This record gives sequence, structure tokens and C-alpha cells, in this order.
Amino acid sequence: MGMAADSEFHVLAVDDSIIDRKLIERLLKTSSYQVTTVDSGSKALEFLGLHEDLHDRIDQNTPSVSPNNHQEVEVNLVITDYCMPGMTGYDLLKKIKESSSLKNIPVVIMSSENVPSRISRCLEEGAEEFFLKPVRLSDLNKLRPHMLKTKSKDHCKEQVDEKTAFPSPKQEGKEESNNNKRKATEEGVSPERTRPRPRPRPNGITTMV
Amino acid sequence: MGLVQLQRQLVDYRTSLYDEGFLDEQFTQLQELQDENNPDFVVEVVSLFFEDSERLLNELSKALEQQIIDFKRMDARVHQLKGSSSSIGAQRVRQLCIVFRNYCEAQNREGCQKCLQQVKHEYSIVKTKLESMFQLEQQILNAGGSIPV
Repeated sequence: MGMAADSEFHVLAVDDSIIDRKLIERLLKTSSYQVTTVDSGSKALEFLGLHEDLHDRIDQNTPSVSPNNHQEVEVNLVITDYCMPGMTGYDLLKKIKESSSLKNIPVVIMSSENVPSRISRCLEEGAEEFFLKPVRLSDLNKLRPHMLKTKSKDHCKEQVDEKTAFPSPKQEGKEESNNNKRKATEEGVSPERTRPRPRPRPNGITTMV
Repeated sequence: MGLVQLQRQLVDYRTSLYDEGFLDEQFTQLQELQDENNPDFVVEVVSLFFEDSERLLNELSKALEQQIIDFKRMDARVHQLKGSSSSIGAQRVRQLCIVFRNYCEAQNREGCQKCLQQVKHEYSIVKTKLESMFQLEQQILNAGGSIPV
């Protein structure tokens, strides 16, 4: 089992804007990922194989899972817009992280607005990255390490110390100087996925002034 | 007009659009995503932007004609327009949307009306300019040339 080729990675992109869907699709394909785009959080959940039974909700936080009990199609990463009518990107993130079958799928949030409290909230809820729109090709370079983690995770039940497992291209402490203008993101990759949030990262967030 | 002159005209025209603030760097990003396998990408995205913007501008006009204005809903639409203009690099439209949102937040009907007129105006200018640019590009392609970067 060597390093998976990028075209084996399948990204689900969620955005209510048709322009942004076209853009993110092109960006992802240029980065050699397989892409599926949907225009809402509920369609994203459907695609992921998570069906919410609205008539019969006993516990709001545990939507019923389809009989397969795993994703219909393998998705290695979900990238979603934050501001969407109905289910927001944050709501979608929460549902994914609360689902036993989906919680290991890395989720990235995109937003046109740089709101520090919004960014913290998403990162605390388990988002891997927060990209400011318009998203650029250079932003997408940050996705690969998160997807690589997932691929190998399929073979382990226990969490491993991922810092030792992969040579992550994203170095701790490395900040691209032009990032200050573009987006807020965290340094490094969070090793613990099973610990409950919040992850304290007081200095990791770079915000635009 | 010869091919070389057409190409020169295109480069000058494109440069002017940036210099005059109609387009910003995001438009360059779009062009960089276009290649031999996706030769119409920019035209396709921009066409989607035109359709989407016209829909939003119509809805905003209707909203402002109402007796009771739903500022929140208007703001949501302006937010969409701001997002899409930002995504294709239509700088002036995007900047006006920011002002427009402030008026929505302030529930200022007159301010919104003025802003809507301005946005419509800027939108129609950038639309005309982009269409002219695409026409120039097509002329170059028809003459057997390639589009200069």
C-alpha cells in the first residue's frame, strides 16, 4: 500500500452558489481530485448515506443511518460553504462529526466573511481548515494531508499518533507571508480526533486586519 | 486587422480593465484555471455570473418596489451578489455590494435604491466590457491565433 494517487481522492463540495460550485469543481479537478458537487447540506448528507428521518426523530443528534451503515460512495473530504440557506456549513459539519459513520471524514469550511468567532467555532467543532473565499489553488494544497490521514485510518480502529506516521508537507510554525491577507487557518494537523472539542489553539489563527 | 494587432488590442484592453478597477486578481485566477482541456472555462463561469446577477438584480428591484421592504431578504440577495462578483473578480460590483449591505442593515430605503441603481450601472458596464473582451478573443481564435496570456 503506497501513497494513494490524488485521483483516488474523492471530494464532496457543497455550495448553494452555482458560480462557486463551478469554481471549486475546477480548482479540485485541477488538483487531480475526483469531485462531486451538491447545492445544499441536506443533499450532502444524502450523498454521504446519512438519511435524517424527519418524522421519527427520537434524538435530534442521532439521525438514522441508511441500512448500509456506511457511505454509499467513499468520500475523502467534504468542503463546504458556510453561509447556505437551510442547513449552514456549520450545521453540516456538526452532523458529520456527530455521526459514527462519518465523523472521520475531514471537513473544510469556506466563507466569504472573515469572522474570527465563526472561524474558531468551526475549528472547535472539528473543521480541519477554514478558507476565505475566493478559494485559490494554493489553498487546496493544504487538503492532501487530511485526506491521506483518512485513507490509512480505514485500516485502524485505534487512533495512531499521526505526527509520526506521515511526513506532512504542512510544517508546524510555517506561515506563508501572504496568508495574513487571505485566510485564517491553523498550523499543523490535529493529532487527536477522538478527544472532545474544543482544541485550544490561541495562536494558530491568523486573521485579516 | 491583422492577428498581431488583434492580440495587441486584447492585451491592452484586458490591462485597462484591471487598471480601471473593473477586474481584480481573481479574474486572473480564473484564466489560470483554463487550459486546452477546459478552453471555455472563463466564458462559462462568467456566463453563469451574468445569469445569476440578472436574476438577483431583478429580485432586488422587486423587493424595493414593495410597500413594506424585507431588508433581511434583500441583504441575503446582495450577499449572494457580492459573493459571485468576488468569485469572478468583478471588483467594482463587489465593492458596491458592500455599501449596499450597509444600507440594508441600516434599513435605509433611499440608500438601498440609490445603491441598486449604481450596482445595476456597474454591472452593465462590466458585462459589456467582458463581452467585448470575449469577442476579441474569439476573433483571434477565428484568425487561427492563440490568446496571449
